[in-house]
Amino acid sequence: MTKDDCKKLVIDIISDIAPDEDLTAIKSEIRLRDQLQLDSMDFLDIVMELRKRHGIEVPEADYGQLASLESCADYLTPKFQAKA
Amino acid sequence: MSGSHYDVAIIGAGMSGLAAGIRLAHFGQKVCIFERHNASGGLNSFYSFAGRKYDVGLHAMTNFVAPGVKGTPLGKLLRQLRIEREEFALRPQKQSRIAFRDCGLRFTNDFAVLEAEVVAHFPAQADGWRSLVQAVRIHDDVSLDARPESARAVVARHLTDPLLTDMIFCPLMYYGSAQERDMEFGQFVIMFKALFLEGFARPLDGVRVILRVLLEKYRQAGGERRMKCGVARISEREGRAARLTLDSGEEITATHVISSIGFAETMRLCDPPQTEAADRNTGALSYAETITIYDRAPVTWGWGDDTIVFFNDSDRFDYSRAQGQVDLRSGVICLPNNFDYGDERLPEGIFRVTCLANYDLWARLPEEVYQADKQRWFADITQGARRFLPAVDATVLAAAQVATDMFTPRTIRKFTGHLNGAIYGAPRKVRDGRTHLKNLYLCGTDQGFLGIVGAMLSGISMANYHVLQGSVRG
Repeated sequence: MTKDDCKKLVIDIISDIAPDEDLTAIKSEIRLRDQLQLDSMDFLDIVMELRKRHGIEVPEADYGQLASLESCADYLTPKFQAKA
Repeated sequence: MSGSHYDVAIIGAGMSGLAAGIRLAHFGQKVCIFERHNASGGLNSFYSFAGRKYDVGLHAMTNFVAPGVKGTPLGKLLRQLRIEREEFALRPQKQSRIAFRDCGLRFTNDFAVLEAEVVAHFPAQADGWRSLVQAVRIHDDVSLDARPESARAVVARHLTDPLLTDMIFCPLMYYGSAQERDMEFGQFVIMFKALFLEGFARPLDGVRVILRVLLEKYRQAGGERRMKCGVARISEREGRAARLTLDSGEEITATHVISSIGFAETMRLCDPPQTEAADRNTGALSYAETITIYDRAPVTWGWGDDTIVFFNDSDRFDYSRAQGQVDLRSGVICLPNNFDYGDERLPEGIFRVTCLANYDLWARLPEEVYQADKQRWFADITQGARRFLPAVDATVLAAAQVATDMFTPRTIRKFTGHLNGAIYGAPRKVRDGRTHLKNLYLCGTDQGFLGIVGAMLSGISMANYHVLQGSVRG
């Protein structure tokens, strides 16, 4: 699992949660909230889907780590690798 | 005799219960919805009678926005339930009217139309109107812990003309207020956005389309549903809902219980019962509705533009419990033919009229008197409403009429279980859904997000807030 693989998995989740958003031009470093219309309900869903699909737990205190695609990858890639 | 255990038991298969169920089942909770009737939908349901399909409840789905408009309740709901917009097959309204004796205001799904009408008819109120709209736009209406405030008091800071004030309140109250004469401001904002800033739409086949989508999602997510299987008792132990007893006598347990049947109705199921709390917050507003089926579309008689007409001809609009069996002074006309279905159309003409009605006066009638009174009021209600449509000779209408039906407060009580036939439930809503029992929550009408989109969002919010967020927290 590379950071790019991880980003792809996160984008897969977002595209299912928010199929009405254009995800083709997302910039990795910019906060997701600033590029997409995502509210706290949507972020809860990202966390829930990570658990459902990949068995990855994100404690509430770490929600801030999911701010941008880049920070998602930094935070989640080791978790995925630990699973593998 | 201990039966099944569920992560979440949901009481009631209406819009809110189904939406909560979809969320929870999607995320792996073991969920069961218990519904006393054999049909789902609760207040917004449908039935067939003599080969015809009828809708109850839903005139129009509120909160309609065009595809691409983001950040509104409809979009949130679709996302949260993983529903594609096309599945609801919504068709927008043509236009609606607020028709008072001396003044009419037209509105459509384009808010600019209502703004222009207000400014044209009430030029002196134009600034106040704009500041009211601004106050509505910035109000956080989904906050679960907002302080209640009188909408009459807030609106009076912006509008000084009583006619305009009444005209704005009339549709908002008819489509969602459980409180007489006033609304909580948060509820006013929800309704103002739902009706005016957003708008009306409907699937060609009515509410059954929406219910079918919800039922299918719930089934696919692995949710269980038990019909003709009401909950008769919620037994308390150590501050928790420890056990549910079903109508059949079977007992089940659940980690969480979400009740969509109303505040007072839920309190009365509790053992020990919370009768005092229930009595302090029971609704009193009920409706009667007539449905007339014609062999031709209403456009034939020049009734082709209006989708919904909110009417009133008393000096001040009086939204309160009817003094007589039905209050004919105000009401709502719905012409389901007049949504923009493109090339499709409804096979027959439908004319629905809703008025305030008095539960007690209907409830105590012996059966034969009840049937006779329904006939009599049917004529009065439909005739009263026709004052607000282009005039058509009564014999012409009678010749085109092929079927009728009517519901009264008694029907509402029977099919929704709402005490007093209270269509919108309790006057004081419980925004955070909490009850005296730690694991028992309310959703739906008495949580307070209104309309059918609101009802679904209510189920979603309560499932998220009380169950899913907690499960993430661990």
